Amino acid sequence: MAKTIAEINEKIRKGKAVVVTAEEVLDIAQAKGLSRAAEEIDVVTTGTFGPMCGSGAFFNIGHSRPRIKLGGGKVYLNDVPVYTGIAAVDFFLGATALPDDDPRNKFYPGEFNYGGGHVIEELVAGKDVRLTATAFGTDCYPRRKLETLINIKDINEAILFNIRNAYQNYNVAVNLSDKVIYTYMGVLKPNLGNAHYSTAGQLSPLFNDPYYKTIGVGTKIFLGGGVGHVAWHGTQHNPAAKRGENGVPREGAGTLAVIGDLKQMKPEWLVGTSMLGYGCTLTVGIGVPIPILTEEILRYTTVSDAGIFAPIVDYSEAYSQRKPDIVGEVSYAELRSGRIKIKGKDVPTGSLSSYSKAVEIAGILKKWIEQGEFLLTEPVTPLPGVESGITFKPLKERPIGE
Amino acid sequence: MEVSRRIVLHFPPKITGQPVVYRLVKDFGLTFNLLKASVSPGEEGLMVLELSGDQENYDKGIKYLTETGVRIQSLSQDVVRDESRCTHCGACIAICPTEAFSLEPKTSKVLFDHNKCVVCGLCVKACPPRAMILHF
Repeated sequence: MAKTIAEINEKIRKGKAVVVTAEEVLDIAQAKGLSRAAEEIDVVTTGTFGPMCGSGAFFNIGHSRPRIKLGGGKVYLNDVPVYTGIAAVDFFLGATALPDDDPRNKFYPGEFNYGGGHVIEELVAGKDVRLTATAFGTDCYPRRKLETLINIKDINEAILFNIRNAYQNYNVAVNLSDKVIYTYMGVLKPNLGNAHYSTAGQLSPLFNDPYYKTIGVGTKIFLGGGVGHVAWHGTQHNPAAKRGENGVPREGAGTLAVIGDLKQMKPEWLVGTSMLGYGCTLTVGIGVPIPILTEEILRYTTVSDAGIFAPIVDYSEAYSQRKPDIVGEVSYAELRSGRIKIKGKDVPTGSLSSYSKAVEIAGILKKWIEQGEFLLTEPVTPLPGVESGITFKPLKERPIGE
Repeated sequence: MEVSRRIVLHFPPKITGQPVVYRLVKDFGLTFNLLKASVSPGEEGLMVLELSGDQENYDKGIKYLTETGVRIQSLSQDVVRDESRCTHCGACIAICPTEAFSLEPKTSKVLFDHNKCVVCGLCVKACPPRAMILHF
């Protein structure tokens, strides 16, 4: 029964492809059995929408008259600094960048109301952004100062390039101390006051292709409301993570680096985000289509929240001190019920990623494919798998000698 | 005409022992939704409630409260949700002390029950997309 991506694309072009979301596939496989479901279904769409700090964008704003060499100079967008250590009018804006005069955690907990992620959201929304720059001046680039409004529609390129997104599984964060802590997993109340998690579980892209059998470099995806591609495996990609019998990692594992033209993305899927006492970031919407080439690939997409487990980690001590201890493990079905039991205590749960938005993304991608607007791509090269030997290494500090 | 208002009642110490709210219900047919209360015998008491009923009875009830010595303020602050910014993540759910937020099981959307909100403001800064807004 094995299908090829070319065959599936032919059906998509004719408007005959059978496309279901990673949520819908559960009932279908239950009712029809894996074998028949695999025959009938061509594509399973996934989705995730959560804060992803490994995000940012490259820009080329065009040359001013007289010319200015921003490379090596200082450039700000709405007072948020960008990285200029590349060509003359190219720069990179990171999601977590903060204005120089932001008080950070000087007044604890800092509010972090505006940063790189917010600038990206405003640019995508079509708003004018204030660019202020100083440079050192050269014979061919004599100008030393530039202050101008820029708009995404006028500049040459705006390319979202997120070096780590779509984490395959993540910690459930708790606080065992007796003080409130402010983390990238949200506000954690003392003495197991709450538990925060951050993935879309059964809808999340890499949970549905746990061994990266279809998702690879080049895979075309939903990115920030537009179309993007998987550029590479993401940083900290860890295929060697501990896995359950269903192949699904029981801790943080694979990641994706993704890229796409920011100009065709939408602000509701790239949301500037503030984590109290921690910093700014960008909440990113990603959806990956999974071609059902074999029954095995379909079987992986039938993973449900009850079969996905995450480690519970104490962020007051174990996480911050990089200790391996975990408080326990819990399934996403339990997490999504609103309450979990930890050490005999009834603990309310909250999420940093939005399940309802993940449903929406999987639905939009499904519609695009059904309408023939979105064809699938053959990966150029696979993501490193379990056999690659890649592991997630800690930093080994070494003294700097004389 | 039916009215419904959120008010803050300050009880002087001498009347914290009196069944004031009971009288509002019994004598004036008003209904109340208690949002916040801190009443100890011998100390000034504070109560935040939503008081509803017929306009005429409502006015009578307020007059009764004033005559009893209760100082009344309208609730000057309010927390509202900017629906266009809320991403329905759920970072607010476990933060709220009065469980005003809940995850709707069918749609996985985060519901905000305004009636349960006591305007403590904890959600305002804990909300990652800053969708919760404190109004004065």
